[in-house]
Amino acid sequence: MPEAGIRERSGYHTLRGRFHVGAAPRAFQVLLTMSNLRTPLYQWHIEHKARMVPFGGWDMPVQYAGIAAEHKAVRSAAGLFDISHMARVSIGGPDALAFLEGLFTNSVASMKNDQVRYGLLCNDSGGILDDILVYRWPYGFSVVVNASNRPKILAWFAQHATGKDLEIVDQTDRTAMIAVQGPKSVELVAGMFDDDVSKLKYYYATPTLYCQQPCVVSRTGYTGEDGFEVIVSNELALSVWDELIRRGAVPCGLGARDTLRLEAAMPLYGHELSEDINPIQAGLGWAVKLDKGEFMGRAALLAASSPKSVRVGLEIEGKRAAREGSALLCADSKPAGTITSGSFCPWLDKSLAMAYVRPELASVGTPLDVDVRGSTLNATVVPLPFYKRQK
Amino acid sequence: MDNPTNLRYSPSHEWAKLDGELVTVGVTKFAVEQLTEPTFLELPAVGKALTAGQAFGIIESVKSTSDLNSPVTGTVAERNELLLEDKAKKRAADLSLVNDDPFGSGWMVKIKLAPGATLDHLLTAAQYDAQLASEGH
Repeated sequence: MPEAGIRERSGYHTLRGRFHVGAAPRAFQVLLTMSNLRTPLYQWHIEHKARMVPFGGWDMPVQYAGIAAEHKAVRSAAGLFDISHMARVSIGGPDALAFLEGLFTNSVASMKNDQVRYGLLCNDSGGILDDILVYRWPYGFSVVVNASNRPKILAWFAQHATGKDLEIVDQTDRTAMIAVQGPKSVELVAGMFDDDVSKLKYYYATPTLYCQQPCVVSRTGYTGEDGFEVIVSNELALSVWDELIRRGAVPCGLGARDTLRLEAAMPLYGHELSEDINPIQAGLGWAVKLDKGEFMGRAALLAASSPKSVRVGLEIEGKRAAREGSALLCADSKPAGTITSGSFCPWLDKSLAMAYVRPELASVGTPLDVDVRGSTLNATVVPLPFYKRQK
Repeated sequence: MDNPTNLRYSPSHEWAKLDGELVTVGVTKFAVEQLTEPTFLELPAVGKALTAGQAFGIIESVKSTSDLNSPVTGTVAERNELLLEDKAKKRAADLSLVNDDPFGSGWMVKIKLAPGATLDHLLTAAQYDAQLASEGH
């Protein structure tokens, strides 16, 4: 099973492609002139020569020193990510539990206070609207939603809030979110907050104080490593960021975030997940509790026949990447499926990919061909995740 | 920009250097900075005919796949074998040469000019600098 985490659409993928060497930055700049949102750390990114890309409606750093170096820093020590583009929404009021239970595929009622849980929001047909994290507090809930899905999910919530006693507030614009990830994360944050966050269990969170100001720290992440995600007011964001850098965390962009989550086989909305994919196909059946009672999409998932395609991991022979959209063929040259994410992965030093293939081709060891613009690469179905940290 | 003045440049960020009848070709430092850390390179076989402005190879980094365009018309006379894996000798491709020294030891191919072919259509260092400046770099 892949570790749960926070997902996002990687908008900069749309700019990748067969451009001439160096032609991309011009495209980036054209898009940057549109009014994308900026995180409270935007100025810091610019001052530190980050390469900025539009991503889910935001201007975000894709890399500082380089994707491979940042990726390795997270696997071997600790990396720091500005993930303020992720949407943070609080859901309070007497009907909050029933409201979330009716939309979220995972169980909400069984969550303890301060627990964080990964799951999906599905439409009535069982298609995935988003993958989200739900935080349960003594006084209500908060959810973290993919940046690109923020308008859609806020509208979805509003539509289903009619007649209920709820207070739904989008907190995204007044807060920042910073992830520190890697084996050194625990020692790195020691003493930073009023509470000892090293005592947090995996997928738990705590409200605490940083410089006498309230913040939330969770033991969560999207890299396959141990680590924390911190939600703070905009005013405090730069102080937290600077202190984590002083303590030795390496700033990392969305490029490394994407290769890290690929190695850890975490699905990404817009790639492995979409409204045309249901959680079972995506290998996320563990986050769907069909026996918890009625919820949006449940009837469709119960009635669903066996899927036409399922998510698998592929190891590609050689160093060449099999990018998203590449066609997969089986030995007799019949169509087998399509790559949804693929990259050279710096830590495992391999070209890896996730793909949807026909279920009969999903067994580990199945050889497949990848068509990369006319060239054929040899691929083999391998178990997911590609990378699992030592505990 | 520190683009050597003894080289000529294509708008797609390849450089070319004429030595006798051979033209050495590579990618510019700017291209390498934009790509960051090449992970894979595909070069044409010796003897292959190339046309100016047409793709002759592929360079990949973690995030991108890009065509390499031939600055001149001619045939491949030599490849920088150090940039390519040698399975027989079990030697890995050393793409750090492209990353660290794109105008020198990171050269990619040497092209024998076709009869009548020249480098005259290529940009001078000053013109290439101006292109980069106009693109905001």
